[in-house]
Amino acid sequence: MDNVNLNEEGYLTDFSQWSKEVAEKIAAENEISLTDKHWEVVDFLQKKHNNEEALSIRGIKKSGVINIKEFYDLFPGGPLKISTKIAGIPKPKSCI
Amino acid sequence: MKKLLILGAGTSGTMMANHMIKKLPKEEWSVTIVDQYKTHYYQPGFLFLPFDLYKTKDVKKKGEKFIPKGANYILEKIDKILPEENKVKLETQTVDYDILIIATGTKIAPEESEGMKEEMWHKNIFDFYTYEGSKGLRNKLREWQGGKLVVHITEMPIKCPVAPLEFAFLADSFFLNKGMRDKVDITFVTPLGGAFTKPKATEALHYLLEEKGIKEVVDFNLAEVDYKNNKIIDYAGVEVDYDLLVTVPTNLGDEMIERSGLGDDMNFVPTNKATLQSKAHENIFVIGDASNIPASKAGSVAHFEAEILEENLLRYIDGQELKEEFDGHANCFIETGHGKALLIDFNYTHEPVEGSFPFPIIGPLKLLKETRMNHMGKLAFRWIYWNMLIKGTHIPFVTAKMSEKGRNYDN
Repeated sequence: MDNVNLNEEGYLTDFSQWSKEVAEKIAAENEISLTDKHWEVVDFLQKKHNNEEALSIRGIKKSGVINIKEFYDLFPGGPLKISTKIAGIPKPKSCI
Repeated sequence: MKKLLILGAGTSGTMMANHMIKKLPKEEWSVTIVDQYKTHYYQPGFLFLPFDLYKTKDVKKKGEKFIPKGANYILEKIDKILPEENKVKLETQTVDYDILIIATGTKIAPEESEGMKEEMWHKNIFDFYTYEGSKGLRNKLREWQGGKLVVHITEMPIKCPVAPLEFAFLADSFFLNKGMRDKVDITFVTPLGGAFTKPKATEALHYLLEEKGIKEVVDFNLAEVDYKNNKIIDYAGVEVDYDLLVTVPTNLGDEMIERSGLGDDMNFVPTNKATLQSKAHENIFVIGDASNIPASKAGSVAHFEAEILEENLLRYIDGQELKEEFDGHANCFIETGHGKALLIDFNYTHEPVEGSFPFPIIGPLKLLKETRMNHMGKLAFRWIYWNMLIKGTHIPFVTAKMSEKGRNYDN
């Protein structure tokens, strides 16, 4: 991908470089093509991140946007890991 | 007479009572602290109790001993906060306040996960975040003949995020010393992408897992504990079998926060991460695990917060602007077993790196390296906790804001 900085795991290091096109490219690399439902989740994750709220599966469960089964269906593999990557926000972390 | 009211007499609340009683003029301010329990637990000790490294008397004392003279101490359950009226409803009385400090912490909620708190709870499924869980686990480990030990984190955030990893390390040591390590299979299961998630720590510490023969199962989001068949199952259908499950259940803020309508979806209070003022009410401040700030839920964080909160309360009383000083500083010892420990020091913006602490170069403690000295530091910390930390005595050379000196940062 041109003009965006990614860390070694493929996460954006600067959210200002995020755009829908960038999101689509990251999604494509993970073999996902983004539907309206995906965008809803991306929007939800970005809002949570901006409010500095921790992202968790529980947050998804209570989001009202999507249930957990759908979340796994939309982002197969590691849904939280892949969806945050597409949303251009950092991967959820522990302290070490 | 103006009133400062503190809810919760754990690490944070007790520290704040001690700080503020010294700073507020007695003739103008009263300080009241409320808690429903009369015992103050040394929570870091819950990690050692299961392995018979600490005795029960090491981890609990009467809370009253640490409440400063001159403060009102109310032993009563909190019903709810009425923020619009500046009042708090307790079980039998209502108390009002000019300034409120919420320090009600976080606690485990095993009932949040299907199958966790059923008939096998505290039989072959244990937590070690409560006195009962930790002591029950000690009794279990004394007689356990071996098998599959699964150390598991249900979901983040949790209090003391490194404790589960320390538990796995200490378990390795414990079974080795008992001469039965070959009979125990240890697996670490986490919802995160790895046991270590920060690049520098992964690089410096991943060898620990390999060396100790601890298996990792990552990205595991618990859907159910199948307690009848002794396995945990994640949403993607991955199953992990156990004979003994040591889990850190979901951590939630106090239900009182929910009853008061002051919490987020995990009952943590939305709080300004730099000033520690609650976002919804200017005369309500939050310290320690009860807040939603993106810092670790740990005693050291509460200790650093207390110094900044003390200053901000005095500024608030004086009508001055609050200082945006809190940087998320945390300082944690990590037991790695065999009489050694690591020390990490980090904040909102800097991940843990190698270096020396508290003094550049000379240390004597080494950051992100396994040493005996760090282990001695962790043991000494119990004395510091009971005798200095919760009494609000300043710990020499350790500053609330993180020092960047003597650290190996890349830039």
